[in-house]
Amino acid sequence: MALLEVRDLHTSFFTDAGEVKAVNGVSFNLDRGQTLGIVGESGSGKSVTVYSILQILAPAGKIVSGSVKLDGQELVNSGEKVMRDVRGNKISIIFQDPMTSLNPTYTIGDQIMEAILLHTDRTREQAYARAIEMLELVGVNDPEKRMKQYPHEHSGGMRQRVMIAMALACEPDILIADEPTTALDVTIQAQILELMQRLQKELGMAIIMITHDLGVVAQMCDEIVVMYAGSYCERGTAEEIFYNPKHEYTKGLLRSIPTMDTMGQKLQPITGTPIDLLNLPKGCPFAPRCDAAMKVCIRQAPEQMVINEDHKASCWMNVKAQMEAQAAAAQAEAQAEAEAAARRATPAGIVDEIVEEVEAELAHKASQAKTVEEEGGEA
Amino acid sequence: MADTTTETPLVDVRHLKEYFPVNTGFFKSIPLKAVDDVSFQIKRGETLGLVGESGCGKTTVGRTILHLYEPTDGEVIYDGRPIKTKDDIKWFRTKSTMVFQDPYSSLNPRMTVSDIIGEPLDVHKMYSSHEEREKKILELMDRVGLNSEHASRYAHEFSGGQRQRIGIARSLAVDPEFIVCDEPVSALDVSIQAQVINMFDELQDQMGLTYLFIAHDLLVVRHISDRIAVMYLGKMVELADAAEIYDHPLHPYTKSLISAVPIPDPKIARANKRIPLQGDIPSPLNAPSGCPFRTRCPYAEAKCAESMPSFDEVSSGHFVACHRTAEINS
Repeated sequence: MALLEVRDLHTSFFTDAGEVKAVNGVSFNLDRGQTLGIVGESGSGKSVTVYSILQILAPAGKIVSGSVKLDGQELVNSGEKVMRDVRGNKISIIFQDPMTSLNPTYTIGDQIMEAILLHTDRTREQAYARAIEMLELVGVNDPEKRMKQYPHEHSGGMRQRVMIAMALACEPDILIADEPTTALDVTIQAQILELMQRLQKELGMAIIMITHDLGVVAQMCDEIVVMYAGSYCERGTAEEIFYNPKHEYTKGLLRSIPTMDTMGQKLQPITGTPIDLLNLPKGCPFAPRCDAAMKVCIRQAPEQMVINEDHKASCWMNVKAQMEAQAAAAQAEAQAEAEAAARRATPAGIVDEIVEEVEAELAHKASQAKTVEEEGGEA
Repeated sequence: MADTTTETPLVDVRHLKEYFPVNTGFFKSIPLKAVDDVSFQIKRGETLGLVGESGCGKTTVGRTILHLYEPTDGEVIYDGRPIKTKDDIKWFRTKSTMVFQDPYSSLNPRMTVSDIIGEPLDVHKMYSSHEEREKKILELMDRVGLNSEHASRYAHEFSGGQRQRIGIARSLAVDPEFIVCDEPVSALDVSIQAQVINMFDELQDQMGLTYLFIAHDLLVVRHISDRIAVMYLGKMVELADAAEIYDHPLHPYTKSLISAVPIPDPKIARANKRIPLQGDIPSPLNAPSGCPFRTRCPYAEAKCAESMPSFDEVSSGHFVACHRTAEINS
């Protein structure tokens, strides 16, 4: 059984302007020790998906349907009491912006100890010792001094380390990282990503990594879910998604990013602008921007298709490709059969023999005629 | 690329310094050296990429060149003319403009698109009749791919990518030769970034523009730049051709920076050997003595603390500021 099972999750925000369907039928599994990446641009519903798992949505947001199971236990509609035990204890989260997600009026120490005191039976002294241990684990120098300091006394990278220490203090089974390095510089980003990989090896937790940076995903994730406008486009292992994308949006994204090889070439952007979630189209949400869109894409949302056991995608192009492959196979078969039938009707060997015989006879007659002519001439 | 030796550069920056006073007490202040003795040249039609981490002074360089900040010291020479007096600055600003990072805060929410784009025309009195002004605005909107019917709308009605197009149309209004692009795509979604990057490329081809392209995304910079300059803590540490700096970085900071870029390819990314840096960037208020990078540099030794290494040309067009270039790279 998977550690976390999300099935057909739908989350909407009920606003004055209407219902905003932020998440539309997302499903995935997460196993122990695995890293799952959720990729998409702003408004694709990747953050709302994980906020739904933890049920920390804004008041207007509601899980409309679907199921979230942690270790077999259903979390949707399980009640606030159960969720309080889950949050920060079994599943914890680090947010994008370490500048605003720490409380500026409490010391770092108080904030790390809060989660420990809330979820475990430890005394204040034990919690303090645990907090120091966590700060050492995430590579903060001089942790005892840092415990007494306030967030504003730390740099961005340091604050993100503190956030990670806080999230891991209760040894969660799952760590959710919501754009953990977007606000950080490249060299600091490398430090934090490496830290997360090391801690995962040491503590064995599963990670859900939300990001729009395909480079970060390529480096960190075993499995990837690609989202667009609240819908799930494609899901598969990192290798499958990067080397064998089966959704037009994923293909477009991979074509549009500059890489080491695109220097001096034109990029191939995805045309159009991001979609308005208030007016989702009836069919595939990506169809208005898709170069390969067909009539069916606008009429009907695609079903999820199994590409292989490591890869699933929701794109009509795969259905088309499959139908074309079937048609081609049928045609090839028909052609092969027709040729075989033709061979059976007039066996080629016999025809050749007849031709040879006729030719030999003609040649014989011609030579006879020639000798007759010569003899006549001499006479 | 044009011959470097004979041609006069379009933009020539010499020993540029920009210090901001930081109050430390009543009547007391110390200088924050945001840009400290930076020199470089940009040729006509070229794109110079400027990279570095936050707080390294790259944005300040862009703004000081345009004299949005009065330089503390040093010179900017544009097309052979030193920019010193108010008249120079006014002339310079009809030749050079800026595209800002954040398309949400750099457009006035109370102005319509046509007023935003028309404002530089008004300031520099670049039209003779109302009709001409309208015509120019529509031409500019067309050039950046905006619909003419959007002219009477307000900025909040547009998405990020379209707002950045409005910002670019505004910067093209004075028909400039030189544009400072300050992180123009970093606030945009991945799928929109490529559209805007391509537009910068096309505008350069059509109008012969020269760019100073400031960004922290090294893959974007590599894509668009002819040459790349790397800054650290107010100083320029390396400058070379785009391909050269990626294939043969010489400065230890550049090496680490390039190795830290996450490559969007799982096999390469996992095999990639990163060169980790310890710690954070020191505060520019108490920058280390000598080489600013020495506190995080794996190769630092005694002489690095004593003096700032000079910015030398080690091979054709490849400049680096490091005492130990030869030893590290042998």
